[in-house]
Amino acid sequence: MLDLKRVSKTFNPGTVNEKVALQNVDLHLEEGDFATIVGSNGAGKSTLFNAIAGEFIADTGTITLAGQDITMMPDYRRSKVIGRMFQDPLKGTAPHMTIEENLALAFLRASHQTSPFSRISKADRALFAEKLSALGLGLEDRMKQPVGLLSGGQRQALTLLMATLVTPKLLLLDEHTAALDPATAEKVLDLTKKIVAEHHITCLMITHNMHDALTLGNRTLLMDHGRIVLDVGGEERTHMTVPELLDRFAQNVGHQLDNDRILLSKDA
Amino acid sequence: MFTVATVLNALELGFIYALVAMALFLSFRVLNIADMTTDGAFTLGCAVSATAAVAGHPFLGLPLAMLSGAVAGFVTAFLQTRLAVPSILAGIITNTGLYTVNLAVMGFSSNVPMLKTETIFTTAQALLGENSPYKLVVAALITVVVCALLILFLGTRLGLSIRATGDNPDMVRASSINTTFTITVGLCIANAMTSLSGAVLAQYQKSADINLGTGMVVIGLASLIIGETLFGRGGMWTKAVAAVAGSVIYRFIIAIALRANVPSECLKLISAVIVALAIAAPALQARAAFRRRRAHAEKEGATRA
Repeated sequence: MLDLKRVSKTFNPGTVNEKVALQNVDLHLEEGDFATIVGSNGAGKSTLFNAIAGEFIADTGTITLAGQDITMMPDYRRSKVIGRMFQDPLKGTAPHMTIEENLALAFLRASHQTSPFSRISKADRALFAEKLSALGLGLEDRMKQPVGLLSGGQRQALTLLMATLVTPKLLLLDEHTAALDPATAEKVLDLTKKIVAEHHITCLMITHNMHDALTLGNRTLLMDHGRIVLDVGGEERTHMTVPELLDRFAQNVGHQLDNDRILLSKDA
Repeated sequence: MFTVATVLNALELGFIYALVAMALFLSFRVLNIADMTTDGAFTLGCAVSATAAVAGHPFLGLPLAMLSGAVAGFVTAFLQTRLAVPSILAGIITNTGLYTVNLAVMGFSSNVPMLKTETIFTTAQALLGENSPYKLVVAALITVVVCALLILFLGTRLGLSIRATGDNPDMVRASSINTTFTITVGLCIANAMTSLSGAVLAQYQKSADINLGTGMVVIGLASLIIGETLFGRGGMWTKAVAAVAGSVIYRFIIAIALRANVPSECLKLISAVIVALAIAAPALQARAAFRRRRAHAEKEGATRA
């Protein structure tokens, strides 16, 4: 489904601020893979997402998604098939527009939406209401309200719905629950699991929660200094504990996983 | 204090200039771009419309003015989206260049007199009769139709994309919308409306002048802010009505100023003061509230001690 071949990116090359963000990253995801990504601060996790989403064009290497080479494709065209969520709930929605208008924008990705002058139809509204009610937050009764009135958790749930309204080929989740309170975070995470499973979406998720990293999805990737240093899945991952994962990390890179936000406990 | 003629006059001008207020609503508010092309685009509309009317095509002058305004908007958009010129500077550059273009359109003369020229207003006069408020009918009709079309457009998929571009660019790119395209379309429409306003004004007052557009961005903003302050809360339709109402009220303020024998040379200064005060109002209110709060706290402290 997703193939990265020797993808590298250096920021500010040739200056004192030079930063090698990605070093020859190779990554292959099968269709339906759900991989979590853990790593130190500045390991290149978000940069990897930016490379895949097209926020910048990689210095070297190729990126293929569903058989199509997207290496040189601009970000707005990639987002037709890539859904993305950020940590900041304010990033994913337009605050002064209504819930229904936000969903209509997300729905633009649907290929049958051809005329730019068409308006939100009754059928669209019915679809939006149905999808909103599946979130279980009562948002289907507030479709004419501006999104700015929603709480962070509600906005993030709406963003999740927008990212998956038209089933994406790839979903990128960049710590999308990290800014929410624990109860809301769990709710959004449950919704994520449900929607991803329902539509069999290929998914990459950055997390700081080591427990989530091992239990969610079917693969765990560890990143360090712009490289993927560990990739566990299958049987091995099922039996792995958090301390074992940290040990493997230390063996592979020669230092401890160092991240001031990492969450080791199960309940956090 | 007002004669019927001054009221009519203020209403007519209010409706004509309301197109500028709506254009700025689109660029400054919806797209969140301070579009400084406005002054030049307004004069461009005047020049194109006057030249076309003198050549015997007053009606053709309006779409031509809109088209030329859209081209001006396109240049500004191109500078900022493709060539990474900061948006305010992009508008100023286009505006500066337009000065020469506008002179050229008027045959390298700084004004076009059209005293005996057929205009859309003389046609309306012939149709509706000498004593009817034909000027108001024409001005109001054009403004209401254009504003309604704009609001309807902002409800379409492309319109929603343009609104989102100003509201949250991060989210827009993630929704597969090309912001270069939405900004370009938005600025083209805004400047087409500004030019249309100039085009109608030139035919209304039967002359075009190279300086007609000077300070137009401030006048348009003054109208927009007056409207927003008085009626601006609500949906898109309310906001459109507010912009038009703001423009009419602004013209009444000017009429009062003229009535009070303020020399017409001072009107730009009055506009500037209105805009500065209107924009500063929330900050002034907050400061006053803070002073009251502090005075109250000091008094309480004094009684406790």
